[in-house]
Amino acid sequence: MNKKINKSDFKTDWSYSPAPESTDHIKIVKKNDLFINGKFMPPEKGKYFKTINPANEQKLADVAEADKSDVDKAVKAARKAYDKVWSKMDPSERGKYIYRIARLIQERAREFSVIETMDGGKPIRESRDIDIPLVSAHFFYYAGWADKLSYAFPGKQAKPIGVAGQIIPWNFPLLMAAWKLAPALATGNTVVLKPAETTPLTAMKLAEIIQEADLPPGVVNIINGDGKTGRAIVEHEDINKIAFTGSTDVGKMIMKSVAGTGKKYTLELGGKAANIIFEDAAIDQAVEGIIDGIFFNQGHVCCAGSRLFVQESVADTVISKLKDRMESLIVGDPLDKNTDIGAINSKMQLEKIKMYVDIGQKEGGSVHQSSCGLPEKGYWHAPTLFTDVSQSHRIVQEEIFGPVLAIQTFRTVDEVIAKANNTPFGLSGGVWTDKGSKIFQVSKSIRAGVLWANTFNKFDPTSPFGGYKESGMGREGGLEGLMPYVNLV
Amino acid sequence: MSQREDIKKTYKLYIGGKFPRTESGRYIKWVDANNKGAVNICRGSRKDFRNAMVTARDAFSGWCSRTAYNRSQILYRIGEILEGRRSQFANELILQGSSKKEAGNEINQSIDRLIYYAGWADKYQQIFSRVNPVASSYFNFSYPEPTGVVSALAPNNSSLIGLVSIVAPIIAGGNTVVVLASEEKPLCSITFAEVLHTSDVPGGVVNILTGYRSELLDHFSSHMDVNAIVYCGNESEEIKLVQENAALNVKRPIVYTDENWLSKNVQDPYRILNTLETKTTWHPVGI
Repeated sequence: MNKKINKSDFKTDWSYSPAPESTDHIKIVKKNDLFINGKFMPPEKGKYFKTINPANEQKLADVAEADKSDVDKAVKAARKAYDKVWSKMDPSERGKYIYRIARLIQERAREFSVIETMDGGKPIRESRDIDIPLVSAHFFYYAGWADKLSYAFPGKQAKPIGVAGQIIPWNFPLLMAAWKLAPALATGNTVVLKPAETTPLTAMKLAEIIQEADLPPGVVNIINGDGKTGRAIVEHEDINKIAFTGSTDVGKMIMKSVAGTGKKYTLELGGKAANIIFEDAAIDQAVEGIIDGIFFNQGHVCCAGSRLFVQESVADTVISKLKDRMESLIVGDPLDKNTDIGAINSKMQLEKIKMYVDIGQKEGGSVHQSSCGLPEKGYWHAPTLFTDVSQSHRIVQEEIFGPVLAIQTFRTVDEVIAKANNTPFGLSGGVWTDKGSKIFQVSKSIRAGVLWANTFNKFDPTSPFGGYKESGMGREGGLEGLMPYVNLV
Repeated sequence: MSQREDIKKTYKLYIGGKFPRTESGRYIKWVDANNKGAVNICRGSRKDFRNAMVTARDAFSGWCSRTAYNRSQILYRIGEILEGRRSQFANELILQGSSKKEAGNEINQSIDRLIYYAGWADKYQQIFSRVNPVASSYFNFSYPEPTGVVSALAPNNSSLIGLVSIVAPIIAGGNTVVVLASEEKPLCSITFAEVLHTSDVPGGVVNILTGYRSELLDHFSSHMDVNAIVYCGNESEEIKLVQENAALNVKRPIVYTDENWLSKNVQDPYRILNTLETKTTWHPVGI
């Protein structure tokens, strides 16, 4: 052997044969209409837009674009279903429909996983093992709440609100649809849902399931489009509640837009989570947690651990191990079962990430990237980390929503808490230490809605999720997740 | 023998545990219900509000890390002290147009409301906390934490009971507050500050301003360090302004349109929950 053995050269020594998930059993509908009142129908203006596979830029399907009149049609259908059927139905019967949806998703899980990965670029391992199982679990969890609401709010009666307009993002397309739909339906509301324009396909498959489940027409309406469609939903007079997951900027626009209208709303917005590594942490586990925190789902995660704080005494070790681990990440075909990091969701997002990497360097940060090769077609970004940055750097303050980590060091607990809280966001945080009392102290002091201690990026239908400060308001998941969909009387 | 002249009280603001006059030097001439006496009420300014916000933020970390038991005792103490100063409040309420009977009832209800929330201060956590049965090997729990610094517009149509009903749930939850007192009936607000001041409430936890709502509403709702705003009233233009300004930093806008603050219907632990956030913590279970 004349090949030089380099300890950190994982590419040479550890290569995997391709292991692509097959797509032959997947039927992608080539022309997706609007799902209104239990039927698929073309949009009023007859406009369609295309959705592509970000891993190869090939067109997957055409999708109907809903304009104001389509939104109005959907809201009317939802209102009628609310008044006539859904709000009046025996809650235990309501629950059965939701259970049925959960079961149907389980049965067709593989199909959903593959389409999710093709439409959005996330690794099949994640859509298969995380997204889609959580989707059915979410429906399953909330289905059971439908006839138990009187136990959720002591001293009060929970009444449905009416028609909910729900606008969801592209990073966890079907999972976010489940987070929105399941609690809304369990509490007796009807819905107009708008998926993100780059990832509409799994929601349209869900529409098929909703038909199969025999849900009364109009209870769930799914329409597609960009920000204009979203705006038409937010501004529609007959919507009683808005649920939005997306950027803080758009969240603020929604708050302004619904001010004075009496519409209720919940917002799941941006984040810039601090992931804090103390010197007494289990370092190898912490390194895995850092990787999971920032590179999970290409960093397209609002709760991503994008600000790393490492205690000075272990900083060199942690950063060196982190670089080694980054080097071993497999970036490439999202459908390959060995892939760790898939495609960036869209060209626009890729440009935004590149812009921030550029800004980071211009502001004096030192950049390090995995040496992985990137496919020629499609949208890709290598795992990236920055050192030599401080609190005032834009890449430390602003949400990048990509695989870019900003690393700072600290000496004392007080210092790292002050730094961690020095942000307008407050969605999540991480703390790594073997000392229990320190976990409680630090996790209590971080002003954020979800704290992961010695772990990161874990989700469960029973666990409330949502932010403090500019990361939004209201919670999704758990008993708390019912609250945004009821009036307490 | 000449008649003894009364010593009249100067009505000031309550900021950071001190009683300053408004920095603006402005006043509002307030005439009592019988058109007999007049007092000069401070016309609080934007700067007064900002000063109060600084002290409220400073006081937050101390107040929210007090034990629930201690916060409960302090709220109870406020009730005790109020009970001991009934006659002073009765006089003021009568000056503001209440009958003797009405004044007595309002004081009773105000004390009872404080005791009600004192009792909740170490219990709502148990009502609103959970251990979540996640489907993986983690211990996961959620509990409420205070939202932070709250700005509040007390009901205009009510004096003591309105102010107490707004402030008590906010501070029971561990928040600190800057509250604008009723414009129509401001007398009890500063006297209530004196009660707070002698009830072991740390300076800065409750700050009370007087002044024109029309002038201060914009500042109360647009300040970037306010985490939640409580608005009491029915003016649709005002509600819209509060909700629009809340968007600037995603502060939580809470609107109470209640009319009858003497009713027991306006008290429940969900009013505490309105200025709380749910925090969820995960930890692996394993060796």
